[in-house]
Amino acid sequence: MDGILYEAQRQGRISFYMTHYGEEAMMATAAAVQPEDVVFGQYREAFMLVYRGFTIDEMVNQCFSTDLDYGKGRQMPIHYGSKKLNFQTISSPLGTQIPQAAGAAYALKLSGQQACTLCFFGEGAASEGDFHAGLNMAATLGCPTIFFCRNNGFAISTPSSEQYKGDGIASRGVGYGIDTIRVDGNDVWAVYNATKAARRIAVEENKPVLIEAMTYRIGHHSTSDDSTKYRDRKEVEERAQFDNPITRLRRYLENKNLWDQEKEDSWRKDVRKEVLTSFAAAEKRKKPSLQHLFTDVYDEIPANLREQQRELERLIKQYPEYYSTEEFASS
Amino acid sequence: MLSKSIQQTCRLAPLLTKCRGYATGAPSLSGIQQGVAHSKLLKRAPEDALRSPELAHLSATHSETKKMNLFQAVNDAMSIALTTDDTAVVFGEDVSFGGVFRATSGLAEQFGKDRVFNTPLTEQGIAGFAIGMASVGHTAIAEIQFADYIYPAFDQLVNEAAKFRYRSGNLFNVGGMTIRAPCSAVGHGGHYHSQSPEGFFAHVPGLKVVTPRSPIQAKGLLLASIRDRNPVVFFEPKCLYRAAVEEVPVGDFELPLGKAEILKKGTDVTVLGYGAQIYTLENAIQLAEREMPGLSCELIDLRSILPWDIETVVESVKKTGRLVIAHEAPKTAGVGAEIASTVMEHCFLNLEAPIQRVCGWDTPFPLAFEKFYMPSMIRCFDAIKNAVNY
Repeated sequence: MDGILYEAQRQGRISFYMTHYGEEAMMATAAAVQPEDVVFGQYREAFMLVYRGFTIDEMVNQCFSTDLDYGKGRQMPIHYGSKKLNFQTISSPLGTQIPQAAGAAYALKLSGQQACTLCFFGEGAASEGDFHAGLNMAATLGCPTIFFCRNNGFAISTPSSEQYKGDGIASRGVGYGIDTIRVDGNDVWAVYNATKAARRIAVEENKPVLIEAMTYRIGHHSTSDDSTKYRDRKEVEERAQFDNPITRLRRYLENKNLWDQEKEDSWRKDVRKEVLTSFAAAEKRKKPSLQHLFTDVYDEIPANLREQQRELERLIKQYPEYYSTEEFASS
Repeated sequence: MLSKSIQQTCRLAPLLTKCRGYATGAPSLSGIQQGVAHSKLLKRAPEDALRSPELAHLSATHSETKKMNLFQAVNDAMSIALTTDDTAVVFGEDVSFGGVFRATSGLAEQFGKDRVFNTPLTEQGIAGFAIGMASVGHTAIAEIQFADYIYPAFDQLVNEAAKFRYRSGNLFNVGGMTIRAPCSAVGHGGHYHSQSPEGFFAHVPGLKVVTPRSPIQAKGLLLASIRDRNPVVFFEPKCLYRAAVEEVPVGDFELPLGKAEILKKGTDVTVLGYGAQIYTLENAIQLAEREMPGLSCELIDLRSILPWDIETVVESVKKTGRLVIAHEAPKTAGVGAEIASTVMEHCFLNLEAPIQRVCGWDTPFPLAFEKFYMPSMIRCFDAIKNAVNY
């Protein structure tokens, strides 16, 4: 899916995309937590949704801002959210989800649910003040939260050597009084085991855990970024070839006779077909109804917004050649 | 229109001796009894407390009232919220022992340390934590110790809380969160214990911004804010915490958000403010009506700054043709600017004089010069006079 949607952006069919290349082993976190655990992501966590049953259709409709997008076409592509899958809607500001995850965990604890929150962020976002706030609050207030840092070596163009001087992110956890572990982020079993143990500590002992998964961002930061401007293409190729989480898992499965080239080929074909089918359907769909420009700012539309909505309706009527509404669903 | 005679008698009459800040409540200027302590707007008798049509429904069932100052009324509102909603919690810096302004006194003892608790000293953390709790359906009542220190939480409030419902297509919302913060001048607060930052938040679609003028208002508006299904920033004028005392209904009641209140009917000029400024305006009106016999001012308490009650204000200005707006925050791009331009759009043909704005100067809030910074009774009086004489 990353491959096809990345290409779709290159062709100008969607406005923006971010791939997960090199960080696919984080999928194991999804397997290690429970459906009732609430996820707060950064933006490179589509694997969690895939694991929990979010369909390719649902993702594609979000990226294309169709009338089926749960977010009603208001946010950029890949800002997914799913109430039924306990996945809080992604927002762009970095690190903001960290103290939020602590607060949500505190609420889960008070309500007596045997559940935790799982909060993802990159090593760059960990430089934000919200990282400090969130971890300190979670520790002092006993919040069942798993703080999961994807340390992939780069925050856009900034290498981690310019991001921090200490021993990565994990070394900070101890300072907050948080149980902490660093794992090989390209090893699904290591990621799985650490997350599973962290969940037990969080839920049974009502305290946070910090996991730092060391990995490498093989793709560009986003479709708006050309990473060859700041790092050696050869280094990327080497990492992709010699320490690739997918290849590593595949070898494991092949050794156990659980996977082979035939299964690989047929699976690739099926996924490709499914993505392309969703893709074609999404391109034909209308955008969300224009009324949703004004709904959900508040629970009810206040008078000033009603008036602005009427003003836009008048403008649309008066200048139809400028304001084409054909591609938007009627309400 | 004002009669000629009123305009002619308008003059700045014998100003008297000492002039002290309203917080001290000194009766000093031109015989006007200045200050909250002398306000006729506070309900000092139980029967007055329930006279407002907004509270009429209470008189049948819970007519009992109790004398409370503003911090006690805020405390009472939170106590009711914690009693009626099992998911409600109260937290912030130093709230556990009762809060630096005593607003959370006794709550930790009554409701337990899990529901009323101290946080580390981090405003962005407090706001983010509140958002997180509300995002899973709980009620979070968070305190920022002074409104001056709300800026570290600005990102969480503006980018996160305000946009939570909209950006998720209403999958998620943080309607259960309320941020309380003591605001405004206190006589000696200097730069960082005096600010009125409501204007910053008035520019943020998705937030509600509310400020009360009295204990009854504080209780009713805070309960409404806590229960409103949108994130609310609730600014409490700290100079009123102890100074404003009235008979407050002991029952569970709410006052409507988004509705201004006409405190005094008048026909010649609309005078508009909110929070503690209401008492300064009350005094300015007394002075103006005494100095300009026959003058009739209408006093409006905006109460909700976002969304604000355009209809009530516009209706009033259509009647009076004149508008004076006063707030402590600096003038440029303040809330007054928004009100003035909106009223101009709606009342262009009714306006008899330029809209007057009496605000803090465009400076940081100064310590030694506070009296000269404030939109004082004299400045408000002068503005009413200018509007009337134009």
